Amino acid sequence: MSSTNTTAHSVVEPTPTVKRIAGAIVILYALVTLVPLAWIFLTSIKSPPDSISYPPKIVFTPTLEGFCNLFTTRTRQTPDYIQSLPAPTGACDEITRSRNMVIAGPSNYWPRFGNSLVIAFGSTFLAVSLGTLAAYGFSRFRVPLADDLLFFILSTRMMPPIAVAIPIYLMYRQFGLSDTALGMILLYTAVNVSLAVWLLKGFIDEIPREYEEAAMIDGYTRLQAFWKVVLPQATTGIAATAIFCLIFAWNEYAFAVLLTSGSAQTAPPFIPTIIGEGGQDWPAVAAGTTIFLVPILVFTIILRKQLLRGITFGAVRK
Amino acid sequence: MLAHATPTTIAVRVRGLSDRAIAWLFIAPTIALLLAINIFPLIWAVYLSFTNFRANRPNAEVEGVGLRNYQRVLNDPDIWIAMQTTAHFVFWTILLQTVIGFALAYLIDRKFRGHAFWTTVILIPMMLSPAVVGNFWRFLYQPQIGLFNYIVSFFTGIPPSSFEMLGSVILAPWAIIIVDTWMWTPYVMLICLAGLRSIPDYIYEAAEVDRASAWRQFWSITVPMALPFIMLAVLFRGIENFKMFDMVMLLTGGGPGSTTEVASITLKREAFESWLTGRSSAFAIILFVAVFGLANIYVKALNRVKQR
Repeated sequence: MSSTNTTAHSVVEPTPTVKRIAGAIVILYALVTLVPLAWIFLTSIKSPPDSISYPPKIVFTPTLEGFCNLFTTRTRQTPDYIQSLPAPTGACDEITRSRNMVIAGPSNYWPRFGNSLVIAFGSTFLAVSLGTLAAYGFSRFRVPLADDLLFFILSTRMMPPIAVAIPIYLMYRQFGLSDTALGMILLYTAVNVSLAVWLLKGFIDEIPREYEEAAMIDGYTRLQAFWKVVLPQATTGIAATAIFCLIFAWNEYAFAVLLTSGSAQTAPPFIPTIIGEGGQDWPAVAAGTTIFLVPILVFTIILRKQLLRGITFGAVRK
Repeated sequence: MLAHATPTTIAVRVRGLSDRAIAWLFIAPTIALLLAINIFPLIWAVYLSFTNFRANRPNAEVEGVGLRNYQRVLNDPDIWIAMQTTAHFVFWTILLQTVIGFALAYLIDRKFRGHAFWTTVILIPMMLSPAVVGNFWRFLYQPQIGLFNYIVSFFTGIPPSSFEMLGSVILAPWAIIIVDTWMWTPYVMLICLAGLRSIPDYIYEAAEVDRASAWRQFWSITVPMALPFIMLAVLFRGIENFKMFDMVMLLTGGGPGSTTEVASITLKREAFESWLTGRSSAFAIILFVAVFGLANIYVKALNRVKQR
């Protein structure tokens, strides 16, 4: 048996049967874990009665009602009043009127989503820029107490966010940073920069010093060598780090719920508060969740290589 | 070589900033930000923990109370119950995630066709927001209409309205453990996969020459060699789940009663609902010291395993 196999496979190569069984189990697991996500999407295109029917409906007529309810606020009106209005101007208008309601105005969803975008991208940009500079500094120059400093910086991430939030809350109240996008950007930058420095230092350590030295012999200054030689070499590492920072900032809830309440509120604390008449409007919640998850899904699929490298790399170095 | 080095450094000094200046220029902004937003608040929290300050009464006089806050926290039975609840969560989530994660990594490492694609698919849950997705799980757990209850009743025949995952004292902790495991098993899987891939093929080839059975190879090569990685995954998940907040807050809010009230929820209640700022700062610092201490002991054990 083994002698015939060794010609086709090396000894460590699993047999085709083993591969098939392993594949089947992994695929089954993957499909089961996708069920909740599929359900979020299906619920987002159900009408409210369909969403709460028993048994749960898999076949139904899709509707945009959930999205309409997500984007608007509505008021209940008498049928006579609705009759007297001019013809509906859009799909949402029509759906809302068929429920004896009239659109009163836009909801807070897009502003909250916009806050999430500004805060997540702003803090990622800052954390990665500062992190790259500091990582280069730590990697190439002898900095007194560098290791202790790095370890201490990283260890602040071990604190529960609520514990960190108490003094931050007081400090922000003092300096007028509560419920501002700037405050949240600074906070997320500070949380992310420790990880960014740690990851990026590893990536920059891997770039041979000889490259910069050669460039400097050719007449570059150190700054030019950093800009034109090191940065291009570090792009993969920078991309991997940026994804991590972005995902953290995009998904963060604890700080957001404690430190923002109005104009700077991000989407994660907002989405659970979406309610309709008589309880949670699940299609609207599902619609809001779907829109919120799509950017991350796209990122995960497009940048999976950098992502995989970052996760294992970060873990193994620590 | 030497002849090259000296003129370059001189040339750099003359033309641009010195290396020393650049080092500080590059590192200083990060240090400044961390001092302002990490270190300063931490010191402030330490100071507050020795006072009776309450954030909802900023004008009241602040008095030093010595170690009384710490004494009160350590003698508060509610806090010890919260710590036990947290330990319970940490234990079960880590156990489930490690077993399932390692099994998945082992299967993926059989390198069946399309394993790279399915690895990416499996990763999806861990990229999503625990708060936003946790909020939606509340819907899946609804007793009559929820998909989770329906699936359980489909396979077991138990009526779907006869159990409440989030409302029952016995089931609520498991409802959270299930969502956490669903979300974070991929993370453990990835680290285990890195561990499995770090084992060189020649060790298995040598074992094959010695006619070691597959079972024997698994227990005396695969597991011990992947152990440092498994332990790392346990460390990271342990630290994260010790801080667990988002999911619990949105799924149960600590209830029913206080059955799922983990340390972070108690802390939030004391700090932002009872406004006992001084006391909750003391609690926060105790938590930090506990995690930091435990993590350090664990890292020492980990290094010993690595050296073997």
